[in-house]
Amino acid sequence: MPDHISILNLQDVSVVRQGRAILDHVNLELHEQEITTLIGPNGSGKTTLIRLILGLIKPTTGEVKWREKPSVGYMPQKLHIEPTLPLTVERFLLMAQGTKRSEIDRVLNDTGILHLRLSPIQHVSGGEFQRVLLSRAILRRPQLLVLDEPVQGVDVSGQLELYQLITYIKEQYGCTVLMVSHDLHLVMAKTDHVICLNQHICCQGSPQKVSHDPEFTALFGEGYQEDIALYNHQHDHHHHLDGKISSPRFPRSPSDTNV
Amino acid sequence: MSDFLLHALLAGIGIALVCGPLGAFVVWRRMSYFGDTLAHSALLGIALGFMLELNLNVAVVVVCLAIAGVLVALEHNQAIATDTLLGILAHGSLSAGLVLVALLEVRVDLMSLLFGDLLAVSLEDLYWILIGGPIILLLLGFLWKPLLSITLHEELAEVEGIAVRPVKLALMLMIALVIAIAMKIVGILLITSLLIIPAATARYLAKTPEQMAIIASIIGCLAVVAGLSGSYQFDTPTGPSVVLAATVLFILIFAGTYRRHGYQR
Repeated sequence: MPDHISILNLQDVSVVRQGRAILDHVNLELHEQEITTLIGPNGSGKTTLIRLILGLIKPTTGEVKWREKPSVGYMPQKLHIEPTLPLTVERFLLMAQGTKRSEIDRVLNDTGILHLRLSPIQHVSGGEFQRVLLSRAILRRPQLLVLDEPVQGVDVSGQLELYQLITYIKEQYGCTVLMVSHDLHLVMAKTDHVICLNQHICCQGSPQKVSHDPEFTALFGEGYQEDIALYNHQHDHHHHLDGKISSPRFPRSPSDTNV
Repeated sequence: MSDFLLHALLAGIGIALVCGPLGAFVVWRRMSYFGDTLAHSALLGIALGFMLELNLNVAVVVVCLAIAGVLVALEHNQAIATDTLLGILAHGSLSAGLVLVALLEVRVDLMSLLFGDLLAVSLEDLYWILIGGPIILLLLGFLWKPLLSITLHEELAEVEGIAVRPVKLALMLMIALVIAIAMKIVGILLITSLLIIPAATARYLAKTPEQMAIIASIIGCLAVVAGLSGSYQFDTPTGPSVVLAATVLFILIFAGTYRRHGYQR
């Protein structure tokens, strides 16, 4: 286990838009050189949390405290490149501020797409494009790598390779990784810390711990525990469909009785 | 060659040079409707200029800038989609301009405003273009990298340290300025095509963003020269002649590359 130096502290952070809490009293830490994965259903505030951490928005209340501001590499969720824009992979990477050509060889080598260097960027496949985005994010050797759904649009075997690549990059560059993900099975294995978000933080901890949390099963259903031993739990609240909390919960739903 | 034709040619070439790189951004950022809206509001500028006895060029620039400002301010209003908002502003300001022009006591040649006029380019307009054009080109060169970055992805650009809002605003202002000065040659209704058609044509020949911008400028110049000479020769309306020339170039180059490379490069 890496040493648990926290580089970021969110303290009781809320983001309210038009009277609705998108993030509701969130407390979390990012640990140096760990992979932290943010999971949660659509509309649970994952992207808002990412944008907050990137400094693109400010919290309505609460505090975002950095140990010291890290250099950040960011891989956005969607990046549509107009077919009218003539652009090679190399040129796309050169567009990051202050990039040198010599660095491009290095990152393309690391991400395994050196052969795509001169391809028009609109011609690369979904999985290759994600690698291009990842290359751009690591160009400046960031201390913190923020990846918003890095495997979307990639087939299952490609997803596994991409997660392995992210782990490899983390080891190579010694950076801290924060990523948003949907596909729980694959991502869990490679993650040090999982945060399950649904406006507020439902549960967090190691993948083993989280996959047995009743909050987690309530959101994602059964089947993620696999061969992990029984986890003892006491829940103090329950979600309505809109994510609001009602407590105590009666009657108990069948989903949490058979863990 | 008569003076007025020389003026028109110089003005047209000056405008086409600026429209190349600026038009590339209009194409990449899908801003053609934005261009249309600003162009339509130019007529309101003319009418207000007459009413308030202002310099007409200044009046047009001011109104275009004001409309661009309103758009930026309202862009984040979620209740109305941007294209709807653009439609309201475009047709609202065009109608306001037309009504005001009708109420004016001065006789205004509406046809030449809407479709451009060879004879409409005064020496003053030429100075505007000769001074304004290089300023815009310099500014574009200076902002080129950040402009490309925000065109790809605004948030990524922001994370990488670019001040997105000022750069975006600068682009809108440059488009407003170009529209105000290009109006004389091609007319209010056709300005956007001088931005879009050369850039779209250049796409088939370019391998980098810079090539696309430069080739667009060259194509624009060719279209201006061909269109103006045609207009002079056959006494056809200036704007449509230039736009027709640009369209013919587009079709030729599109057909040529299609035959060689298939649908897309």
